[in-house]
Amino acid sequence: MRIALFVTCLADTMFPQAAKATVRLLERLGHEVVFPEQQTCCGQMHVNTGYQRDALPLVRRHVRTFDPYDVVVAPSGSCVGSVRHQHATVARRAGDERLAGRAESVAGRTYELSELLVDVLGVTDVGAYYPHRVTYHPTCHSLRMLRVGDRPLRLLREVRGLDLVELPAAEQCCGFGGTFAVKNADTSTAMLADKMRHVLATGADVCTAGDSSCLMHIGGGLARLRTGVRTVHLAEILASTEPSQTADERSRLAVRP
Amino acid sequence: MTRTFLGMPATAPAGVGQLRGEESFPAAARRSLADPQLRRNLGHATRTIRAKSAGVIGELPDWQELRSAGSAIKADVLARLPELLEQLEAKVTEAGGVVHWAADANEANRIVTDLVRATGSDRVIKVKSMATQEIGLNEALAEAGIEPVETDLAELIVQLGDDRPSHILVPAIHRNRAEIREIFLRAMPEVDPALTDEPAVLAAAARRYLRQTFLHTKVAVSGANFAVAETGTLAVVESEGNGRMCLTLPETLITVMGVEKVVPTWRDLEVFLQLLPRASTGERMNPYTSMWTGVTPGDGPQAFHLVLLDNGRSAVLADEVGRQALHCIRCSACLNVCPVYERTGGHAYGSVYPGPIGAVLSPQLTGVADNASLPYASSLCGACFDACPVKIDIPELLVHLRAEAVEARRRPTAESVAMAAAAYTMDRPRLYEAAQRAARLSRLAGRRGRGLPPPLNGWTGSRDLPDPPAQTFRDWWAER
Amino acid sequence: MSSRDLVLGRLRAALAEGGQPPVQVPRDYRPEGTLDLDQLVERLTDYRAHVHRVPEAAVADTVAGLLPAGATVVVPPGLPRAWLPSEVTTLTDDGLDNERIAAADAVVTGAAVAVAETGTVVLDGSPDQGRRVLSLLPDRHVCVLRADQVVATVPQALARLSPHRPLTWISGPSATSDIELNRVEGVHGPRNLHVILLP
Repeated sequence: MRIALFVTCLADTMFPQAAKATVRLLERLGHEVVFPEQQTCCGQMHVNTGYQRDALPLVRRHVRTFDPYDVVVAPSGSCVGSVRHQHATVARRAGDERLAGRAESVAGRTYELSELLVDVLGVTDVGAYYPHRVTYHPTCHSLRMLRVGDRPLRLLREVRGLDLVELPAAEQCCGFGGTFAVKNADTSTAMLADKMRHVLATGADVCTAGDSSCLMHIGGGLARLRTGVRTVHLAEILASTEPSQTADERSRLAVRP
Repeated sequence: MTRTFLGMPATAPAGVGQLRGEESFPAAARRSLADPQLRRNLGHATRTIRAKSAGVIGELPDWQELRSAGSAIKADVLARLPELLEQLEAKVTEAGGVVHWAADANEANRIVTDLVRATGSDRVIKVKSMATQEIGLNEALAEAGIEPVETDLAELIVQLGDDRPSHILVPAIHRNRAEIREIFLRAMPEVDPALTDEPAVLAAAARRYLRQTFLHTKVAVSGANFAVAETGTLAVVESEGNGRMCLTLPETLITVMGVEKVVPTWRDLEVFLQLLPRASTGERMNPYTSMWTGVTPGDGPQAFHLVLLDNGRSAVLADEVGRQALHCIRCSACLNVCPVYERTGGHAYGSVYPGPIGAVLSPQLTGVADNASLPYASSLCGACFDACPVKIDIPELLVHLRAEAVEARRRPTAESVAMAAAAYTMDRPRLYEAAQRAARLSRLAGRRGRGLPPPLNGWTGSRDLPDPPAQTFRDWWAER
Repeated sequence: MSSRDLVLGRLRAALAEGGQPPVQVPRDYRPEGTLDLDQLVERLTDYRAHVHRVPEAAVADTVAGLLPAGATVVVPPGLPRAWLPSEVTTLTDDGLDNERIAAADAVVTGAAVAVAETGTVVLDGSPDQGRRVLSLLPDRHVCVLRADQVVATVPQALARLSPHRPLTWISGPSATSDIELNRVEGVHGPRNLHVILLP
């Protein structure tokens, strides 16, 4: 299958390992990945902060860029959520019904990684190997905007060597919320503190999720506290295989003392 | 011309009632967050109610169908609101009630005050009502020399503690039993000094304290959960029996109700009486629900007044996206599941309507400029939408109101300039790539982002930003 | 312009834009359920009501067993006399004042409808139930219910009730969740609710 990668601006700029892992994983499963280079950002930050007018050209660009593809994947529940639930709204608010229609069409072909794997490609065992104790945080937009349900967990359960431990109060928000973490930094920090407490209670050495943004938030807190627990994107775990690991990946994936 | 102008939807007036906070949400939240007792009380209470509610909702195989029906009934109500209100007015009048219309809080307060004065009573007993809190009725009555006595236990705790309500359903949710005992010992006349902090003992103290007041007060003021247009029937849903006391014992009953509380038919109650208790107190049914139609000769108050309140609701109705906030049946489920509310409590929202529903309702009732920080008081986690028994898409409303708040601004702000610049850059891949490179090379943020300027340093106060990677994804892709 | 015209005018103006499409209400929730008297008993009991399943002939003895010796009982005018034990003082409501009602040890009423799924009894002011105040002020409410008055679901109950009567839906004794969100029985309404369920 030919799959267009919607990399998301955050993964592109700050967390390319999640995007690279998505490419490696899909290619390993025998699919062709293409990267439409005109893509930049879906505009979610603008929409969620109230700047829908500024987001309009970004929505237009996104729709134009991905309209030619039958299947689009992003390693982010949040950005797929924006494409599915916000793009048409932004277009309609601006009175552009035609763009809204195209946005809905693109949204119908856009999948978060675990959705693509389980629903479209029909796999749960992706042949991964990841010998770590891992806990999974179901990010809010994956959970409640996309309803990915237990798809990520089904994928993780098939990973060889992986010891999956349940995260207490998993469905509680980590407190990121985009500019929420800036505008309401104190409340966000209080939410993060509880999330970190629960992550640490699992005894996991890796906390994973389907969103780099939430992982950045949780990971940023864990790093500040020097807990030694790392955050790793779901795509990276699913892309990991014993033989294919390079020295670089081995050192990166290894748990720091 | 004047008629048209006067007839335009209007927001709630300032200077009366309790819809506006004195400070922004983040500022008010900071104080609550620094109160560990408050956070323990809220955490305990919201965890309890979430578990109870989930249990009884799980017993109903058709919960989702009931939600869909409830949502559609409310949408139908809003689409036909004027005709339903006229029908309600006709039916209540037919059954011996008197209907009054109040354009705003000031008018509603004046109507109620005049009605109480006409009875000659200098005291009213009150059933907990969001509408009368919203309009500041107690303050207006007190100013007119009429003593309002709150009879709901939590409202009593708030009133005796000279406090403000912090939750729609349980206004004293921020108080634990030990604090309640102290308030009673301090402020409840003739209280037993040996009072313990057992909830049953505290409840019994309230029973003793209010009994004579119930028996000897001639006027009661209530809100309404539902009003049936088809029959003129009013319904009040409660637990303690204070509602029954107020609705049964006095000679005069005055009910103040937001216009959106009307439902079209008697049958519609079958939906809401299943949704409301399970979503709010986590019960299959609340202990008491009273329904009455006008005046029943020989049974209950022989004078009944219904005050229909606008106070900004017409302005909410005028917003096609925003109007779904008027679906709200005041169950508080969204408060109980909200991670922000759980940590900040209700006072931080400034309005009598706290939590997620407050964050979308208050700014619409007042106009978004008066409550501009509220639509941002959410991480958009979406738990409120899932919990709402009438399916109000609160996250969608929050995003909508944020746009309204931004677009209502006259002058550019640092944020709006930055947002415009970011959008400009992101719409030009070359500039975008250049910006990515700049971020990587210059390390503007300093080590782990700790040197970021305000307001971004709020984020890095407690979290490290990762170092930008050596290579962006698109550079890697280009080199493949 | 009257406030009535003002409010209605505002609401009409608010709705004017774009016209309002009619809303179809999907009613695919359960209109009725399978009646299960045991469920009613279980759910009444769950909310701290006391249930006594006896034949009609045993009602008076059951009532007697629930009351202290020499008790005073308020009764609505249409209550079957056979339900009352001879050893209690009966106050039949003929416009009793509130103080006397409040001073009684108990009230005995019939019922209009009961809902098994929610553990609810509904009074509608019929002659065997009386004015609302009767079942409110005494601390003990004994409610006699016939099995054919019980329905499974809330929609079935509403269908049997008349909106033109004052209705009181009762689910357990008076309670509050206002202290730490835990249900505590016993505030302003009757603190003891006994339901006598007849076959």
